[in-house]
Amino acid sequence: MIDRKLPPAFGQVEKIELIKPKPIILGNGLKVFSINGGGQDLIRIEFIFENIAYDASKPLQSYATNTMLNDGTSELSSSDIADKIDYFGAFLQTDFSNDQSSVTLYSLNKHLSETLPIVKAIISDSIFPQVELDTLIRNQKQKLSVNLEKNDFLSRKIFNSVLFGNTLYGYDTRAEDYDRLTQVHLQEYFSLAYQPENCTVVVSGKVTDDALKLIDELFGESWTGGKSVGPNNFNFYLGTGKEHYVEKADALQSAIRLGKVSINRSHLDFPGMQVLNTILGGYFGSRLMANIREDKGYTYGIGSALVSMKNTGYFFIASEVGADVCSSALDEIQKEINILKTETVNDLELDLVRNYMLGSMLGGLENAMSHADKFKNIYFSDLGYEYYRDYINTVRTITPIEIQELANKYLDWDGLEKVVVGKKD
Amino acid sequence: MVSFERFTLDNGLRVLVHEDPTTPMAVLNILYDVGARDEDPEQTGFAHLFEHLMFGGSVNIPSYDEPLQRVGGENNAFTSNDITNYYITLPAVNLETAFWLESDRMLNLAFSEKSLEVQRNVVGEEFKQRYLNQPYGDVWLKLRPLAYKEHPYKWATIGKSLKHIEDATIEDVKKFFNRHYNPSNAIMVVGGDVKLGEVKRLSERWFGTIPAIGKVARKLPAEPVQTEERIETVRANVPLDAIYKVFHMPARTDQGYYPAELISDVLSRGNSSRLFRNLLKDQKLFSEINAYLTGSLDAGLFIIEGKPLPGVTMETAEAAIWTELDRMKNEAVPEHELTKVKNKMESTMVFAEMSLLDKAMNLAYFELLGDADQLNTETAKYLAVTADDIQKHAQDIFRKENSSTLYYLAN
Repeated sequence: MIDRKLPPAFGQVEKIELIKPKPIILGNGLKVFSINGGGQDLIRIEFIFENIAYDASKPLQSYATNTMLNDGTSELSSSDIADKIDYFGAFLQTDFSNDQSSVTLYSLNKHLSETLPIVKAIISDSIFPQVELDTLIRNQKQKLSVNLEKNDFLSRKIFNSVLFGNTLYGYDTRAEDYDRLTQVHLQEYFSLAYQPENCTVVVSGKVTDDALKLIDELFGESWTGGKSVGPNNFNFYLGTGKEHYVEKADALQSAIRLGKVSINRSHLDFPGMQVLNTILGGYFGSRLMANIREDKGYTYGIGSALVSMKNTGYFFIASEVGADVCSSALDEIQKEINILKTETVNDLELDLVRNYMLGSMLGGLENAMSHADKFKNIYFSDLGYEYYRDYINTVRTITPIEIQELANKYLDWDGLEKVVVGKKD
Repeated sequence: MVSFERFTLDNGLRVLVHEDPTTPMAVLNILYDVGARDEDPEQTGFAHLFEHLMFGGSVNIPSYDEPLQRVGGENNAFTSNDITNYYITLPAVNLETAFWLESDRMLNLAFSEKSLEVQRNVVGEEFKQRYLNQPYGDVWLKLRPLAYKEHPYKWATIGKSLKHIEDATIEDVKKFFNRHYNPSNAIMVVGGDVKLGEVKRLSERWFGTIPAIGKVARKLPAEPVQTEERIETVRANVPLDAIYKVFHMPARTDQGYYPAELISDVLSRGNSSRLFRNLLKDQKLFSEINAYLTGSLDAGLFIIEGKPLPGVTMETAEAAIWTELDRMKNEAVPEHELTKVKNKMESTMVFAEMSLLDKAMNLAYFELLGDADQLNTETAKYLAVTADDIQKHAQDIFRKENSSTLYYLAN
């Protein structure tokens, strides 16, 4: 008979191997990094551009330029682009984040010679037709009106604006800013930002010699451009930890978002803070989940995270909780933060978190594309692979005292901006 | 191509093994052949509530999540109208922990009153977060009973109302467990850096001693053929009007499913699709428009949903949708367009092989459909669809008397 009460023997993750990319510099100076691996005949090619020259009077300029890249070039209409991409079973994505604008192609290798030239066309020759811009403005304003009815969306918007003010990070979307978008703004930004000097290419999946040759042909010497002006540079100041309450009379739940400006990946405390954050709200078994969901049943989910951006980082806790228990939920969050500051975490919990984090890191390295994602994290923070070595080392060795010190250094209830959208009981 | 081996334990548990030595991880996925369609009409939302309770401790192990996280693992689960699916990913060296945890909760649960009470609240908050406190969140609570009159697809997985969840008792929980959670009602897939021999040994060791209970035959009321167009109008505090139009269509296992899915792709997949290009971009009638399928095991629904732009009347919007549907019925899809949606389907199937967890879930699901190997012949079925099949099925599906329309209007 087996003893079902007895857990099977287990081991800690011993080895985490990261695949480093092969760097190539093309004739025009374009930096290409490739990670080859995987059995499927697929390739992902990302063209990543730094966000630059943010102008608060045209806050949507860089976003709209990125979103409209597949809306037409001097040779191809938006439907030509869509037809070709879809016909060859490829996926073409534009993504806009706080620091970067990117264009990503997923393609079967066998069709790459048909699909990749389209990417070349859109990043070197987009024209932003007025009729397409009208469509964007019309539809995005409609979507915004729906999103503004979501408490969670509103809480993010207010939170970002409170933390990051009048910068791209803090931009508080308004319908009238869509109306102010013009073709000229987009063309201006396009010629400034979409340049080889401002671009990094990351290739992953099954990266064949043919694929690299094609990339060189299309994006090497034949792609020329001007000087880059350098990425956005914002400064932020710690707020004073205020309440920002927006009442919604008929809300069944309230969206809570608490947080503050914090450190980013390049700070030495960052890995340790990741451990602290995991304990507090970074996984299903975290203290916030255990208390506020699994013990009290106040919410379907609650979590916290430390987010790294180029110019800063921030820490936040977010949840949607029953309107009738909103104040109690806030009290419990405050309690959990204070416990981290006043008591050391016990070994049983800390060992669990160590193992969980290492397992989770290992699980996050599923294929060449996930290895490429790990590379981007450090590359765009100007860090090398030592970062991961140090991270793994910190996860394995950080002590309960060090965690408590980090909590006292970085977390304090009074310093958190407290956004609540919904109803307080 | 997803390779696998298969064996069945004496108690009826089916086990599939997918060896993938390229990863240091392992996956253990268990699909239980029970979903919201198996619920008592007076106790809806129960399959999903029960899924939450599966994490509330089992007969020999007080906490499910804690020991798994301790060995570097993660898990989750989902419930649909058809199935309940649980999955674990963990470093392959710790595979046995997954067997220990999953077998104990298949053997028996702890049935803790505290867990039931808390999860009733958690699911209540989930109900609010997803369905009630969101603009348009309750659409499916209204569409299902409009489209289905008899079949249990007439209620959503979350349940008809919060009340059904609040009323659940521990006795109900036990009954549900005994009826549905047993080896012959489950399909287990173990994948990743694992070996068939080892999986056999662990399966026998941990699951072999769980008593066999016969599979309960499913007797669901068939949905009568719809003979009249159905229309419902609701008003709510939303910023934009919306239209939802649903049609009955073949079940997931029916040959007719394949042409229907390609029809939805022609209409709505990607920026080259017809609804997007014609109704949103060219005619400027909608700010959003989509077509998709429920893909359910019993006869399902083909859905078209859109938000007309301000100033566009519902009549105009609806007429434009019908123009596109009639075109599907009256004209053969051009060769180029058909090849396009097939190519997209083919590459999607290749992309799905990138993820170990997706592979494991797909194997379990196709095994439930009849044979896991169908996962590997699925692409061929889409490629075999002709323009004629598409037209025929479009004629079959897109009929007024087969439709239910929900006008969701802004107050």
